[in-house]
Amino acid sequence: MKVLTLNFLTCAVKTCKSSADSFPLHPKDAELAHDDIEINPELLANVLPRIDWTALRTTSTELGFPELPAQPPTVEELEADEALLKELHSLLLETQMMEGKLVCGCCGHEYAVREGIANFLLPSHLV
Amino acid sequence: MEYLIRFSQSHETFRLPEIQALALIEKVDLKIVSYSLESPFCIATLPSEDAARRLIRRSILVQSIHELWGSGATRSALHASIREHSADLWPLYQTCSFKFTFDSYQGARTSETKKEIINTFSYLPFNGPIKMRNPDQEFVLLEDWPWNSVPDGVLDPNYFYFGRLLGSGARDLPQKLDLKKRRYISTTSMDAELALVTANIALAAPGKLYYDPFVGTGSFPIACAQFGALAFGSDIDGRSIRGNDAKRTLRGNFEQYGLLDCMGGMFTADLTNSPIRRAPLGKAAGESDGVSGRIFDGIVCDPPYGVREGLRVLGVREPEKTPWIIPKGMEMYKLPEFVPPKKPYSFLAMLDDILQFSAQTLVDNGRLSFWTPTANDEDQEIPIPTHPYLEIVNVCTQVFNKWSRRLITYRRIPDTEVDPEKVKAREEEESTQQLQGKTVDELNPFRRAYFSKFET
Ligand SMILES: C[S@@+](CC[C@H](N)C(=O)[O-])C[C@H]1O[C@@H](n2cnc3c(N)ncnc32)[C@H](O)[C@@H]1O
Ligand SMILES: [Zn+2]
Repeated sequence: MKVLTLNFLTCAVKTCKSSADSFPLHPKDAELAHDDIEINPELLANVLPRIDWTALRTTSTELGFPELPAQPPTVEELEADEALLKELHSLLLETQMMEGKLVCGCCGHEYAVREGIANFLLPSHLV
Repeated sequence: MEYLIRFSQSHETFRLPEIQALALIEKVDLKIVSYSLESPFCIATLPSEDAARRLIRRSILVQSIHELWGSGATRSALHASIREHSADLWPLYQTCSFKFTFDSYQGARTSETKKEIINTFSYLPFNGPIKMRNPDQEFVLLEDWPWNSVPDGVLDPNYFYFGRLLGSGARDLPQKLDLKKRRYISTTSMDAELALVTANIALAAPGKLYYDPFVGTGSFPIACAQFGALAFGSDIDGRSIRGNDAKRTLRGNFEQYGLLDCMGGMFTADLTNSPIRRAPLGKAAGESDGVSGRIFDGIVCDPPYGVREGLRVLGVREPEKTPWIIPKGMEMYKLPEFVPPKKPYSFLAMLDDILQFSAQTLVDNGRLSFWTPTANDEDQEIPIPTHPYLEIVNVCTQVFNKWSRRLITYRRIPDTEVDPEKVKAREEEESTQQLQGKTVDELNPFRRAYFSKFET
């Protein structure tokens, strides 16, 4: 699971959707891996407006990365700032959560991540 | 300038949608002058030679594109047309190396007649050397022969086109992604050619985000990744993603093709209980910039039809009859080996779920392309599902003996273009369904038995 993907995922339980606490999910016992991927500025510029920045700051801190600035850069700022491009590329695309759990801050449900694949299937009492 | 597009004569109804999608991707102003489903030859106007090459470079269904120098129903008409339309171009090719080739659709020529015919072009002032390998220019005589012309001994084609070859499509890609050579496939893997065409029609391109909510063995994300998109996928069956051994996995397929850099997240999920965050529709959405809160440029999939692949969603089929299932789940669900219960679901309801999900997660002008089966018989045809936020772009059909399948493509229209009347109608329909307390299954004209007919 790339950190980018974590930014797209919330709790699968329908009653949690309306609660702000269900997003982002909180990594627990996370084992991280780093993939070497060629940097793609076009992709990062495209992705930036779709990122929930506040959620990304939370995830990044929870995974033990240095704190991100409070405000997201604009696309123009990002394209002009090579260091920032590299940092975001490394965080969003190269960092993978391989093992651990993703926990909902609303209902407490834990989604297991194994071999980089998260499981969002719910038991019947939560459907 | 007019250009001649030489299509392959297969998947006919997919050809124009593919080339029109490529025109959007390459930002090329394409105007179709003449086209017919029965012929592989299409005439179009394009702004430049460079635009023509770009237009078809990733096409699966185009074989080649040519600067059109002339055409005609007889050879003398062809020559007159070449003289009339292309004489101003001749001086450009006076000294370059060149060769002449034939592209005879449904026909054949002996090398002797080819030579004879080539000699009739001697009025062209080409003084450069003839080079059979890598000439500077290749001039092609394209011939449209009638069906069965060789056994019937037909002497001449119905029509001639003469042009300068500019470029070829991506006929090598279906071979690269061929299922026969893929490490990990299943009975429902989509064949490489049609997966690539789907990715083209859905406008997959570098830097964009694509998603398949019924990912299976990954045919669509792989095709999207082949065109440079970052591709995500999920499936209710986690085994399909994990595969059956270390090499035979979805990830292994990306690895086999050198596409790992374009693999986004793959996870286990039920589309009807999806963990993907969604932007609200309607008033709740407020002023939208068309991107914020949404995620994907495209959603491409082949949903389960419910016969062989078992259309299932999370839940208990008849909770009253099996009251122990839910308490047992509450007790067991944290164990790694716990398998959540699933129940059957209606196909039409699932299609509507896909549309709603797409409306909430596609950026403006993003595309949804999905496959559905239908009967060949007109009055048994399955209606094309609609949604106020999605405009139908095109419908392509692949016909088999007893049934057909369609590729339906939609565009997520900007909120300002949405017809409020249609939104109201949809809301009313939803609330009456809830009021009547009916399950989607009961309201559904669609029956399992209906689809079982398509099995053969
Ligand atoms: C026709 S197959 C898709 C095959 C895929 N295109 C490939 O190339 O392998 C349909 C897939 O949908 C999955 N599926 C069925 N019900 C589902 C649901 N409710 N949510 C998500 N996936 C589901 C099945 O497990 C199956 O893998
Ligand atoms: Zn929750």
